[in-house]
Amino acid sequence: MVEILKTSSVGIVKPQAAKFEGPLNLECGFTLDSFELVYETYGRLNKNRSNAVLVCHALSGNHHAAGFHNEDDKRAGWWDEYIGPGKPIDTEKFYVVSLNNLGGCHGSTGPISENPTTLKPWGNNFPSIRVKDWVETQARLADRLEIDSWAAVIGGSLGGMQVMQWAIDHPSRIRNAVVIASALKLSAQNIAFNEIARQAIRADPKFAGGNYLSMKSIPEEGLALARMIGHVTYLSDDAMALKFGRELRSGSFDSNFSDGIEFQVESYLKYQGKRFSGQFDANSYILMTRALDFFDLARNYNDNAVEAFSVAECKFLVVSFTTDWRFSPSRSQEIVEALIAAKKNVTYMEIKADEGHDAFLLPIPRYFQTISAYMKGIETN
Amino acid sequence: MRQDLTQILSWIKSGSRVLDLGCGDGEFLDELEKKSAIQGVGIEINQEDILLAIRRGISVIQQDVDEGLSNFPDLSFDTVVMAHAIQVVHFPDKVLMEMLRIGKEGIVTFPNFGHWRCRIYLAFRGGMPVSRFLPYDWYNTPNIHFCTVKDFEKLCAARHITIKSKSMIGGGKLSSFFSAIWPNLFAITAIYRLSA
Repeated sequence: MVEILKTSSVGIVKPQAAKFEGPLNLECGFTLDSFELVYETYGRLNKNRSNAVLVCHALSGNHHAAGFHNEDDKRAGWWDEYIGPGKPIDTEKFYVVSLNNLGGCHGSTGPISENPTTLKPWGNNFPSIRVKDWVETQARLADRLEIDSWAAVIGGSLGGMQVMQWAIDHPSRIRNAVVIASALKLSAQNIAFNEIARQAIRADPKFAGGNYLSMKSIPEEGLALARMIGHVTYLSDDAMALKFGRELRSGSFDSNFSDGIEFQVESYLKYQGKRFSGQFDANSYILMTRALDFFDLARNYNDNAVEAFSVAECKFLVVSFTTDWRFSPSRSQEIVEALIAAKKNVTYMEIKADEGHDAFLLPIPRYFQTISAYMKGIETN
Repeated sequence: MRQDLTQILSWIKSGSRVLDLGCGDGEFLDELEKKSAIQGVGIEINQEDILLAIRRGISVIQQDVDEGLSNFPDLSFDTVVMAHAIQVVHFPDKVLMEMLRIGKEGIVTFPNFGHWRCRIYLAFRGGMPVSRFLPYDWYNTPNIHFCTVKDFEKLCAARHITIKSKSMIGGGKLSSFFSAIWPNLFAITAIYRLSA
């Protein structure tokens, strides 16, 4: 199995930017006069422009899905295991487009961008963004790249929500929808965890009501805490037991002083939180979690997912993971059930994996084979 | 192409929506989609098989038929097929009823345990038959509900299931001739077309 996982890379990639003039009417009622999207592409667009694949990122993702940014870059893109020559999303067959969503903080217009009216960063005044808005901006990027229809739109978690929205907003522009570890809408528990994360950020004095950029401060601790909360929900109980158990990172129970005791899991969470807080914008994180909370595919269709999917024309692949409790298999089964009732072509695979929600990012053999088999079956002529 | 599948093909109208319970590697749905423009969906539990079906471009849902089919709405398919799978499910009678709830029509095929070879095997060797077609021993077989042609028809009568047509497959030309007149003794595979 190892050999199928060890394949080559797309190499060094350069992010590109596309500026869009002309009003973008957002779902929240606000209108953006212009915006910019940062994206990367891997592989080559064929003559018929029919081999394009859109990869939609999840909560904390960005446009850098595969390859490296320079020779010394040690970290490959977030889905490098899956995108590249000979990999499941084979760049010898497909032209892959991966963007940073509007409202993100890795180059696309978002809370850290300058508000053209005030000439200051948008900060917490950046308008609320919904999944539907992302799909609209992605469609404009497709127009720009002269891609009439995607061979496939692929995404996990929040990315999977964008994929489903694509299928119903632009039925003629998507031929395959790959929805991984996603849901038709968040559960109350999901929203609760998101709210705790937001409260963690807001409780940090350095957040300054969202105005931290103009105060030249960064709510690092709040953001780190938010990430730690999120991270726990991305892992399964078993995965944490296996990875950390009750191992100590420092200190000992033998001494009379228990002050120095730190479990491995504590250390890991602190590290993840700290690393994240150095890379992500707090307002952007709030915006993204809000987009998750507000997503409800069926809301505009009488709360009926079957009705929502009825306009879809594409084929669907739905994948879930056994130990994912953030977006559990039963949430994916709801998607599948609605698709069956809407008489759509749907394939469903439930992957046995110990890694919880995080599994969707990892090269788990059966999952790897599933995406690979499905992508091989897609016609691009 | 298996003989039973050829018979089933002739019963399915072009343009139908077909659900295949226990679709395996998707061979049958693949043939069906190629031969007549049908929209097929398979249900399978074995992931190796599902992967093969995905490679063929078949839509397959990973699902255990024994855990119910309540996620499929009433009459959402034209035809629900179960080829050589009724003997592996826990409650064949319930699955049959579910098939006819989900589909306007059901097609079932199974190995006839009343075939004379089975009877002779059991009568003279005193053990559960093991053959080229049914290569398992009693303790490791997935086939837990064998029945004969006669048994199956009794069940249909008890559940008020209409047998619209049937076809019996023997071993060769001669046994096919015999299986038509005395199916319970000579049919190796029985194929039924049913409706509620």
